[in-house]
Amino acid sequence: MIDILTEYDILGAFWKTIQLAFFSAIGSLVLGTILAVFRVSPVAVLRNIGASYVNITRNTPLTLILIFCSLALFGVLGYALAPRESPTYIVDNAFRWAVIGLSIYHAAFVCEALRSGVNTVPVGQAEAARAIGLTFGQSLSQVILPQAFRGAIAPLGSVLIALIKNTTVAAIISVPEAAALMRVIIENETGSLIVFFIFALGFVILTLPVGIGFTSLSRRLAVKR
Amino acid sequence: MSVQAVLFDAPGPRARRRHLILTIVGTLLVLGILGVVVWQLNEKNQFEAFLWEPFTYPDTWTEYIIPGLVNTLRAAAVSIVFAMVFGVLFGMGRLSHVRPVRWVCGVIVEFFRSVPVLLMMIFTFFFYVRSLGMPGTTASFWAVVTGLTLYNGSVIAELVRSGVHQLPAGQGEAGLAVGLTEGQTLRIIKLPQALTAMLPALMSQLVVVLKDSALGTFITYPELISAARQLGSRYANILPAYVVAAVIFIVLNFLLTTVAARVERWISLRGHTAGAPTAAASNLVAGARAGAPGEFGTNVLDHVEEEIHEHRHHPRHPRDPGGADRT
Repeated sequence: MIDILTEYDILGAFWKTIQLAFFSAIGSLVLGTILAVFRVSPVAVLRNIGASYVNITRNTPLTLILIFCSLALFGVLGYALAPRESPTYIVDNAFRWAVIGLSIYHAAFVCEALRSGVNTVPVGQAEAARAIGLTFGQSLSQVILPQAFRGAIAPLGSVLIALIKNTTVAAIISVPEAAALMRVIIENETGSLIVFFIFALGFVILTLPVGIGFTSLSRRLAVKR
Repeated sequence: MSVQAVLFDAPGPRARRRHLILTIVGTLLVLGILGVVVWQLNEKNQFEAFLWEPFTYPDTWTEYIIPGLVNTLRAAAVSIVFAMVFGVLFGMGRLSHVRPVRWVCGVIVEFFRSVPVLLMMIFTFFFYVRSLGMPGTTASFWAVVTGLTLYNGSVIAELVRSGVHQLPAGQGEAGLAVGLTEGQTLRIIKLPQALTAMLPALMSQLVVVLKDSALGTFITYPELISAARQLGSRYANILPAYVVAAVIFIVLNFLLTTVAARVERWISLRGHTAGAPTAAASNLVAGARAGAPGEFGTNVLDHVEEEIHEHRHHPRHPRDPGGADRT
């Protein structure tokens, strides 16, 4: 058991998982915020773009999105995301496509989380803002959005936890992260329960602080109503 | 458009012009993206007839796509049944008045909710092959079912718990008052109502199960995505094969989501439970269960998005499980 721990770079694999989660979180936050703005905008076309994106992405398996990125976009159409002469070309390319796929998928959930934040704001707030003569921009920036962001913290935390767990799907397109390494160890060494528990524990350690942090943050910042 | 009157002012001439400009920009954006995609695909010869022609052959469907789809559905159906059993058992366990039972069930449920499904599938697959000596295909089927059952069962356990907590306190008090024990009150009074209220959430969980069954491709389960890959390598049309698989998934899940929304509305109209339906009809969010809903029942967005009926607001218990489970 000890030699497995020393022979295989488990911490390195989890570092890759963290990197995947970090970059995908940023990507999905940016894309999801744009989509959320689309979805609450007064322009019907933009609302429809947002809604279609969310409905399509949410109903596609993440596995399929990642495999499509790797086999179709890279394999068939030949879009490489790393310089071909680089020695780490294959790994880098898979990693970057995984980040893009994860961002595309989770952006839909980020969008819904933000929208649900807007949903926690009672109508009276918007009505009051208009009644005292604020313009659309003012009532949005001074009254509605500050409350909406606070309401969105808890669901955003849930999305982040799901994202961290979903980085394992990148193993399917051969990104050398934790799930891929676990498979290698189980295939080549031993399928003992201990190996599974080590990796499971890794994910508990990664997700637990996120859950606790976001919950306490959302409590602390909750709008008293 | 009176529905938008709350978040946005009724547009005056300048705002209307601005909206018109944004509409044009938005339309151009969509057309532009579509144009680039079509142009690129055409550039790479992805519209050649021979790539799409295989979908007119009957054996493409009978040998690849339909068997793959059947395997996907089979794994999902078996998993959701087992997950329900698991969820009800452990959900009741978490509500038990015996502290050790509550504690053990809590640890198990929380553990399986925080471990990625793929890890469970990989471990159980090799376990079934090596320790139980199952042949590969059987082992991969049961590994998919095990992974999906443990994860979604835990999610359902949380749904049961929050569904029961959501019932008015009077329900349990009335049970105790007529002389039922704690256990009887839970089984006879609270659980049936909680299960009815859970129905829409359960159906949207089915979407999650269906999507996650695709993970089986990593442990060689011959489901729809594996079938698409085989089809793609036979006719050298990988891209069209995945596109068709994606369309099938999207249509199936979209139907399920729509039915779930219908069921939710039906339950809230019909009664039969003292609680409101648990968790809105979509495999979305996260969010519907975010913070405390506005006390007065209507929220800003309800006025903006009248087309999305399933988001009509129901009071939800703040202890609803987090949306991570639906992603």
